[in-house]
Amino acid sequence: MISALLVMTGLALALGAALGAASVLFKTQGDPLVDKIDAILPQTQCGQCGYPGCKPYATAIAGGEADINQCPPGGDEGVRKLADLLGREYKPLNAEHGVEKPKAVAVIDEATCIGCTLCIQACPVDAIVGAAKQMHTIVTDLCTGCELCVPPCPADCIDMVPVAETVETWKWRYPVFELKPVAAEPAAKEAA
Amino acid sequence: MTSYLFILLGTALVNNVVFVRILGLCPFMGVSKKLETAIGMGLATMFVLTLACGSSYLIDTFLLKPFGLGYLSTLSFIVVIAAIVQLTELVIQKTSPLLHQVLGIYLPLITTNCAVLGVPLLNQAARHNLLQSLLFGFGSAAGFVLALVLFASIRERLDGADIPVPFRGNAIAMITAGLMSLAFMGFAGLDS
Repeated sequence: MISALLVMTGLALALGAALGAASVLFKTQGDPLVDKIDAILPQTQCGQCGYPGCKPYATAIAGGEADINQCPPGGDEGVRKLADLLGREYKPLNAEHGVEKPKAVAVIDEATCIGCTLCIQACPVDAIVGAAKQMHTIVTDLCTGCELCVPPCPADCIDMVPVAETVETWKWRYPVFELKPVAAEPAAKEAA
Repeated sequence: MTSYLFILLGTALVNNVVFVRILGLCPFMGVSKKLETAIGMGLATMFVLTLACGSSYLIDTFLLKPFGLGYLSTLSFIVVIAAIVQLTELVIQKTSPLLHQVLGIYLPLITTNCAVLGVPLLNQAARHNLLQSLLFGFGSAAGFVLALVLFASIRERLDGADIPVPFRGNAIAMITAGLMSLAFMGFAGLDS
């Protein structure tokens, strides 16, 4: 009787300790694959991929429902990184979902703004401040350049302004080596 | 050597868990609607069943028998199986998120698969040694996978078949399972 109790208690304790150790050792938060994909996506939350945001798109990629070439803001580089992570073939951006553009932020022409709040409702990252019948403005630091606020504006007062290069954002260009043209090249170009 | 081969063949074909011993029928009926999920479930079960047979043998030999606690085998086997399933899930989630996604909900469901408890109990009754126990578990699981995959492929075809209305759905699945069970009876003469 006592030995039975002891053996079962010991067994339960040993297995419990093993499981506890394993849960610490093999700790995962959420789905690591989704998080890794989400980290590559540009977080514009623009919805051009056909999903409501970057996280849902990452989940869809991880689930095999979506292709990797549906994110225009991420551009060619993003597709390459995704292909690298998932071990798939690189493929060019799907034109159905839009084309790659230089990074831009939305700017409201404050003189024409009528204070309708429609753009505030459209903004996925809450980067627009303002109230009804008051002028709105965009917090440039938060704006992801998703363009979702442009179509709802009845006064057409939102412009996408490309982000200018500043001393802080300037980077060395990738070195480009000019290839010397060979004699056959003009002929190849004509053929193409 | 041949005795090991007999254990493998005997458990996989002659005494097939599903068709001859009629164990593990809930996953057999429940997850056999699609071939893909059937394979996932089968592989997860195979892994757990082999481990469960080995570890239940160790517990039986080194913990229960020395103390004369044979009557506790069912109880302790359940505890061990539950722990192994949890451990497997943790490890797979950490090491291979993709596999974890494929197996999905079926992984924790193995805990309540009666074949996973039944096979270690049968194994205990047959007084096998460690290697034989592992083979017994692996062979039984292989038989389970075979049954599940065969049945799932038949059911996928049944979906498109012209079945009389009263027989549609589970009715025809039951009849199919019965016929397959009869067919597996044909292996009974294999070991003589």
